[in-house]
Amino acid sequence: MTKKKSTYWKTNLKYLALLLIVWFTVSFLFGIVFAEYLNQFKLGGFPLGFWFAHQGAIYVFVILIFIYVYLMNKLDKKYDVDEV
Amino acid sequence: MSAQIWTYLLVGVTFFIYMIIAIVARAGSTKEFYVAGGGVHPIVNGMATAADWMSAASFLSMAGLIAFMGFSGGQYLMGWTGGYVLLALLLAPYLRKFGKFTVPDFIGERYYSKNARLVALICALFISFTYVVGQMKGVGVAFARFLNVPFDTGVLIGIGIVFFYAVLGGMKGITYTQVAQFCVLIFAFTVPAIYISLQMTGNPIPQVGFGSKGTDGVYLLEKLNLLSQDLGFDAYTSIDKGNLVNMFFITGALMFGTAGLPHVIVRFFTVPRVKDARISAGWALLFIAILYTTAPAVAVFARTNIINTLSEKSYSEVPQWFTNWEKTGLLTFDDKNKDGIIQYVADTQINELTVDQDIIVLANPEIANLPPWVIGLVVAGGLAAALSTAAGLLLVISTSISHDLLKNYLRPDISEKNELYAARVAIAVAVVAAGLAGLNPPGFVAQVVALAFGLAASSFFPAIILGIFDKRMNKEGAITGMIVGIVFTASYIIYFKPQLGGPGLPENFWWGISPEGIGTLGMILNFIIALIVSRFTTAPPKEVQELTERIRTPRGSVSPKNNSH
Repeated sequence: MTKKKSTYWKTNLKYLALLLIVWFTVSFLFGIVFAEYLNQFKLGGFPLGFWFAHQGAIYVFVILIFIYVYLMNKLDKKYDVDEV
Repeated sequence: MSAQIWTYLLVGVTFFIYMIIAIVARAGSTKEFYVAGGGVHPIVNGMATAADWMSAASFLSMAGLIAFMGFSGGQYLMGWTGGYVLLALLLAPYLRKFGKFTVPDFIGERYYSKNARLVALICALFISFTYVVGQMKGVGVAFARFLNVPFDTGVLIGIGIVFFYAVLGGMKGITYTQVAQFCVLIFAFTVPAIYISLQMTGNPIPQVGFGSKGTDGVYLLEKLNLLSQDLGFDAYTSIDKGNLVNMFFITGALMFGTAGLPHVIVRFFTVPRVKDARISAGWALLFIAILYTTAPAVAVFARTNIINTLSEKSYSEVPQWFTNWEKTGLLTFDDKNKDGIIQYVADTQINELTVDQDIIVLANPEIANLPPWVIGLVVAGGLAAALSTAAGLLLVISTSISHDLLKNYLRPDISEKNELYAARVAIAVAVVAAGLAGLNPPGFVAQVVALAFGLAASSFFPAIILGIFDKRMNKEGAITGMIVGIVFTASYIIYFKPQLGGPGLPENFWWGISPEGIGTLGMILNFIIALIVSRFTTAPPKEVQELTERIRTPRGSVSPKNNSH
């Protein structure tokens, strides 16, 4: 692997790690493990833990994918591996 | 016009549209048949993926399931959406760059082994077939209930329709019909929800509405919590602490399973470029999220309405829809204390009302007194959801047989024309077989459908991920991992499912994990075994390591060629 390609791949892995930490946090942690604790806070009529499990996690999932697309399109260009 | 006429009209019109699309977009080559020519726009593919993904279960059963589960129902909402993050970040772009037709293609080449391809092929067939039988059954039920035909006739109509456009159109026909079906189903799901949200909270957006105050100035969820507790149920938003570990594992199994389902993965082979595969997953999830964020609102509205309209009301004064659904046996009233009043409570000794969760979405417009055309629309939507998923699954089955089994295993010298012919025959046989199985659903089919996710999570997901992210992963590791993962998961499921003849009892579940969630553990096991075995056996050949490196960068992606072998 050339040095350039290896930096490209490492940056990709870094993005993946960061985004997947958020993915895990909003669903498994906020929506399940800490839901009981979060339920003492309210978002309008929603207890917060319940909201994450039934709404919030899904919104964050959608946003995560679009952030990843944005980051990778930029990275592809920077390392000159993008497609025409 | 009555609801009956509206139903005939809307179902008729939508089916006519699907037929026209199927004829216009019929496939002429294997490439069009398998991957729609490989030039599908990412937004179009996103819609098709969403329709492919959202089955009769998502459309008809899920909101009802959540209405009776409350907080724990979140496992389906997060589980069936979170997998798309994994698809977009970890699978779709790399598999698109790899540039072949099927998942067994990838497994077979990345692990330089015909046996690996065969294991993957059998898994794909098994998962897709059990899944499609459930869809055919859903089509039969929907037809039977609303067109007043017998269940068998309903299934036969379903077979006829899917047969027509899947055999003719292949992936190309299916893709464009799925776009139409997505529009129908999402419209049909959101319109009643918006109506009811306006009725109950004055807010037209159901996602916000169910967290708002009702017409009496009290937050809807607070009111539902109180109503539930008064009747002896748990508060709707309260957390079932004893079930948290299980919920964690079920959510995981559904997410990793989604990312490992062949009929979902194959959709990302249809777009032109790697960057299209990434953004396409984003569009797909956005479209799916419209339904998945509306469903929990529908659940809350329906549960509140049922308690308000029925609890402690006199049986002689029940609304018309109650009587209609009673005839189907999915709603029953058993006047245990003979007082003529409906007692709807948690205590099963006293409770007199049983509501099947499957009728919530279908009965919702009637419960909320919506105009008759909305009822017809919901039926058309349910049928669109079932048909689009059935078609996508059938395509995977036919591709597995004509491409993976015939072309790459038994008869590599087959001509393009004959392969296309074989694909059509395979899909025709698969439609009929699935329909017949749907007619006589053996008791275990329904059970196995839910478990397809666990099996996909514990077999495909790790093998694909390791094939991309671990250059050192070899065939010994991957095959052992897949076999250990799927055997462990299947054994646990069979042992603890009485419907499958297992002797296990729920109190003996490992850490309280039910069979639906065990796929997560099977997946972890697969990862560990594969990594250990691969490190003690020879590294994969140089050209395979180069392949792994090649799929990691987008440039130079090629669309799969006709007869590329």
